[in-house]
Amino acid sequence: MNILRKKSAANVPFSETVIETLIRLCGVSSIIFVFGIFFFVFREGAGFLFGGLDLGQFLTSPEWYPTSLSNKRYGTLALILGTFSVTALAMCIAVPFGLGAAIFVSEFCSPKLRETFKVIIELLAAIPSVVWGFIGLTLMNQLIIAVFKAPIGLTMLNGGIMLALMSVPIIVSIAEDALKAVPDSYREAAEALGATRWQVVYRVLLPAAKNGLLAAVLLGAARSIGETMAVLMATGHSVNIPLGPLSWIRTLTATIAAELGEVARGDEHYQVLFIIGILLFTITFVVNLIADLVIKGIRQE
Amino acid sequence: MFTETEIGRQKRRIENVMRIFFLVMTSLMIIPLLLIIGYLLYKALPVLSLEFLFENPKDNMRAGGIWAPFLGTIYLVIVSLLVSAPIGVFAAVYLNEYARESWFTRITNLAVVNLAGVPSIVHALFGVGAFVLFAGLGESILAASLTLAIMTLPVIIASTTEALKAVPMSFREACWNLGATRWQTIRRIVIPNSISGILTGVILQVSRAAGETAPIMFTGAVFYKAIAEGNLFAYNIAEQCMALSLHLFTISTQVPDVTEGIPYGTAVVLVGSVLLVNAAAIVLRIYVRTRKKW
Repeated sequence: MNILRKKSAANVPFSETVIETLIRLCGVSSIIFVFGIFFFVFREGAGFLFGGLDLGQFLTSPEWYPTSLSNKRYGTLALILGTFSVTALAMCIAVPFGLGAAIFVSEFCSPKLRETFKVIIELLAAIPSVVWGFIGLTLMNQLIIAVFKAPIGLTMLNGGIMLALMSVPIIVSIAEDALKAVPDSYREAAEALGATRWQVVYRVLLPAAKNGLLAAVLLGAARSIGETMAVLMATGHSVNIPLGPLSWIRTLTATIAAELGEVARGDEHYQVLFIIGILLFTITFVVNLIADLVIKGIRQE
Repeated sequence: MFTETEIGRQKRRIENVMRIFFLVMTSLMIIPLLLIIGYLLYKALPVLSLEFLFENPKDNMRAGGIWAPFLGTIYLVIVSLLVSAPIGVFAAVYLNEYARESWFTRITNLAVVNLAGVPSIVHALFGVGAFVLFAGLGESILAASLTLAIMTLPVIIASTTEALKAVPMSFREACWNLGATRWQTIRRIVIPNSISGILTGVILQVSRAAGETAPIMFTGAVFYKAIAEGNLFAYNIAEQCMALSLHLFTISTQVPDVTEGIPYGTAVVLVGSVLLVNAAAIVLRIYVRTRKKW
């Protein structure tokens, strides 16, 4: 595309210069917004982050008592563990299904069936998170009570299943892209040697596409870490160190969503919620960055 | 003659087992979708009617319909669309038509990816910090829509880029050779040839914005606000509004003794509109593919 790029000629009208400037401005808007998000979230929390917050306690203490009258404590360990445990559980469910579906859609499927499956997966991805939360609150809650004889079905397991259903579409679509990116000559070479489809998948495609599959899992995990409404409604909402799939937990995201409405602006508690926001932003930023580098790594090969 | 060996038979058996195994795994994803829609519809049947759509919530949200939240969601979606569609399309035009291969373009692309990955609740915090407080918009439809617009921007950028990439390079080259400037080429050739693809992205943005809850919770959506029934212009964009997604959250977790079917009815309307909009995008995309001229 570079060869034909002319330096703009002298007779370019003024209106075009204006519109080109506008386009360039919009082009870099994403950079501005990403920095803007960090800046404004940081700005609201900075006061307490640098003046008074015990960062060690913030990251390692499980005691989250932001509204205690005598001794306010802002330890987020239980929340961090809540986020990571429910995400891990969701990935345990979503990764086998997501990769399995991606392999089926990309390798075993007739073209017509493939289109149907892709439409269904797209529709699955479109269901809003608050609806998943509502399903967790009603249908899945009763199911878990009935199956596990648990007193309350709003547990880590419930949230994990909801998150799995939400992140499966991402995993499928990115993993399918990764499998499709493997050159057909690899498949043909393997088949010429007498390999069956499954042998091609297992011996050739999976090793060749492993970076892309890893990126798919990472992006699915990033989605789960950042998800708010579903875990807010489905995981029981009590600050605990998670002990098993049936324990009640709370995540970082759910804490912000539940408590931001009840705090006064400028309060310590209010600022801590923004610091949790910075923490979340950093975690997802790093995960997305790694996924991006992994994907870029494949392209360069 | 060539007869199948033991190894060959085993290979074929494994092949069949694996094929069925993967088919089952894929099918297991369809079941929740059908199950959820079926369950919600079944539970919502007693309340679903036209009055449900056009009546305000009554009796502390324990009865009545969903007019106020439904209209609020439409307002939020339209205003956010007006902001994010032009910025998103122009951003994609920049990335695809103007930007050269450089570290700066790489960073811009990375920013788009990361913007898509920022958790929705962090967008909410950003909306509070930037629009509600810093820009002084207060909690209003405008602040909430701007937050939604930034959140859904990557959706439009990604699908517009896809659509622009599908226009063959030779179209542009032919136009340049006639002496057209770069913008003239974009306006007369590139955009008309990719308009359906761009529209698909815009439609997907609508579906995404309509379903989001977290970003609007603290930036402009309220639990309850009474508005005139049947008046399409009942909201003022400088004021707060109700929203369908937040309404579902409220009546299913915060309000006791809601009439049984109402949360389900709200969920059905929300899921129904989102899926309908998505289906429209899918149909448009299939139409584009069949009508492709090159």
